[in-house]
Amino acid sequence: MTGAFKSLSVAMVKGFVRDKATLFFTFVFPLMFLVVFGLLFRDAGTDKLKIGAVGDGPVLAALEQSGVVELERFDTVEAGVQKVRDGDLPGMVEATGNTVSLRFAASDQAQAGLVQGIVAGFTQELNVRATGQPPRFQFTAAQVEDASLKPIQYLTPGILSWGIAVTAVFGAALTMVNWRRKQVLRRLRLAPVTPTTVLSSRLSVTIGVAVAQAFVFVGVALLPVFGLRLSGTWWLSIPVFLSGILAFFAIGMLIGAFTKTEEAATGAANIVVLPMAFLSGTFFPIDAAPPWLQTVSKIFPLRHMNDGMMDFLVRGKSVTAMLVPCAVLIGFTLVVGFIASKVFTWEDS
Amino acid sequence: MTVTTQAIVVDGIRKAYGELKAVDGVSFTVAEGEFFGILGPNGAGKTTTLEIVEGLREPDAGSVRLLGESPFPRNKALLPRMGVQLQASAFFEKLTAREQLRTFGALYGVAPAKADEMLELVGLTDKADTREDKLSGGQRQRLSIACALVHDPDVVFLDEPTAALDPQARRNLWDVLRAIQARGKTIVYTTHYLDEAEILCDRVAIMDNGRILAMDAPATLVRGLDAPTHVILERGSLSLEDAKALVGADTAHEDDLSLTISTRTPAPVLSALAERGTLDGLQVRTATLEDVFLDLTGREYRA
Repeated sequence: MTGAFKSLSVAMVKGFVRDKATLFFTFVFPLMFLVVFGLLFRDAGTDKLKIGAVGDGPVLAALEQSGVVELERFDTVEAGVQKVRDGDLPGMVEATGNTVSLRFAASDQAQAGLVQGIVAGFTQELNVRATGQPPRFQFTAAQVEDASLKPIQYLTPGILSWGIAVTAVFGAALTMVNWRRKQVLRRLRLAPVTPTTVLSSRLSVTIGVAVAQAFVFVGVALLPVFGLRLSGTWWLSIPVFLSGILAFFAIGMLIGAFTKTEEAATGAANIVVLPMAFLSGTFFPIDAAPPWLQTVSKIFPLRHMNDGMMDFLVRGKSVTAMLVPCAVLIGFTLVVGFIASKVFTWEDS
Repeated sequence: MTVTTQAIVVDGIRKAYGELKAVDGVSFTVAEGEFFGILGPNGAGKTTTLEIVEGLREPDAGSVRLLGESPFPRNKALLPRMGVQLQASAFFEKLTAREQLRTFGALYGVAPAKADEMLELVGLTDKADTREDKLSGGQRQRLSIACALVHDPDVVFLDEPTAALDPQARRNLWDVLRAIQARGKTIVYTTHYLDEAEILCDRVAIMDNGRILAMDAPATLVRGLDAPTHVILERGSLSLEDAKALVGADTAHEDDLSLTISTRTPAPVLSALAERGTLDGLQVRTATLEDVFLDLTGREYRA
C-alpha cells in the first residue's frame, strides 16, 4: 500500500528534521571530525628534511635550490654541531672552499642514511658537471600514485562511512525500541499494513538521510581549504554505499530487537559502532596500523565499507574492487537481518 | 443465528502466565451498537481480556468471534473494521495532532481531510498544530481516541480511556464517548471507575481475579442487590428515637456529624420528614456498583 509507505516515511522524516539532537549527531558531529582532522593534518607528511649549514659554495646553493632539503644557517660549526648533538637536526653540512663535510646524528639510522645520500648525491653530481663530460649513466625519476594518501583523502571516505553507520544503526534501533515502548508497533500491527511496508519506509528514510550526509561531507571536503580530489570512478562507490547502509541497518534492527529502552539501545549501538570506528580506519589509514589490528579489523563491516568507499572515491580503482566489500556487507546484512527477524517482538511483554 | 446482531461473542477464554491465571474462563457477548463496560480493580484481567478479543493475544482456551470472524491470528480483513485506543503515548514523535491523525488515517487509506473532522469530534480543533508532547493528559487521551476512530471502524475498543485524568477532563471525555455511541459504534471499554461505568454503559461485566462475577445493565445490578436507600440528615435535626419510629424506616444510626436512616421505601420516609420540616442538609444515597462489588467479593472496592 503506497499511501501507508508514504505517510510513514513522511512521519519519520518530520520526526527526524524536528529533532535537533539527532540532526547534530547526524551532520554536525561527523563534520566536526572532518574539519578538525582535515585542518590539523592538512600539512602532515609534507615536512621537508631540515639540515644545518655553515659556510657557502655551489653544493649548498644546489641543495637549497633543489627544494629537497631546507637549510638552517649557522655562523659557526660548533653551533651547528651542538644542534645535531641535541637531536634538533639530523645533520649539518660545512662547506669551505672545495671541501664539503657532513656531521650527522647516528641515533636515527634511516635519517642519517637519507641525509648522507642527499648531500653525497649533490656533491657527486657537481663533480660530474665539473669534469665537463656527459654522465654515462642516465638517471630519471617519475612520481607514482602510491597507496598512502593525503589525510583528507582517507578522512572523507572514513568519516562518511562512520557517519552513515551511525545513522543506520541508531535510526533503525531507536525507531524500533521507541515504537515498541510507546505501542506505535501495536498500532501498526492493528492496522492493515504489512511489516514489509513499515520496514521499507524506515529503510528509505535512512537511505535518504545517508545521501544527504554524503552530499554534505563530500561537499565540505571538496572546499579548497580541505582539498579533497575525487577519483574518476567515484560513482562506483554507490553500490558499496548502499550495501553498507543495509548492513548497518540490519545491525540496528538486531539491537532494536533485543533492547527494551532507548537508553539501552543507545548504549548497545555505541558499543558496536565506536570500537568499529576506531579500529576500521575512520580517523587514520588502516594501512598504518599494526598487522594484527589490520587482521582484526577485517571482521568489522565498517572496515569493508571504508575500504570500498576509499577505493572508488579517492583511489580510482576499477569495478573488480567492488566484489569483496559488497559481498561482505550483503552477507552481513543477510545473517544479521535473519537473526534480528528471529529475535524481533512486537510487544515488550 | 444470533451472530448477525452480536458484534462480539466470547466463549470461555482462558489465559495463564505461568501460575497466574490472568483470564480464567470468561464468556460474554456484545450486541451491535452497545456500550459495554468491563469493570474491575487493577489486575482483574480486563486488559488481557480486551487484548484477546482484539486479536493481539491468543487465548489458551476458548474462542472469540469478532464481527463473525476470528481475530487471531492477525486477520487483515477484520483490522479496518476495528478501532483500538492505545495508551496515551502511542504517537509518532514530534508530530502535531493533525499529522498524527493523517498518518494513522493513511494506513487505512483515509483521506487527509478526515483528520480535521476527528479533531472536531474530540474537541481538539484548536490544538491541531500542537505537537503530541505539548498536549495535556486529557488532550492526549482524546487524540488517542480520535486515532482509533479515524478509519470509521464498526467496533471500538477503549482500554482505561479516563485513567489518570482530572475530573473535568474525565467529564469532557464522557461527552466524546457518548458522541461515538451516537454514531452507532459498538464500544467495548475497560475502566476501574465504577461510577463512570454506571453513567456510560448499557451493560457492564464486573471482573475480579480473571473471572466475570456479574454482568448486566448497571441499574439492574444495583436493583438486584436489594440494598437499602440511605437518607442522611444533619445531626440534631431529629432525635434517633424519632427517626427509628418514622414510617418505612428500617434502622437509624448517628455519628458525629449526621443521622442516617436506612429504608427500602424512601417515599414515605421523605414525605414524613418534609411534614416535620426537617430537611436540613438532606442527602439521599442509593446503592451503587461499588456496593455490588462489595456484595460480590465481600471486600471494599479499591481501584
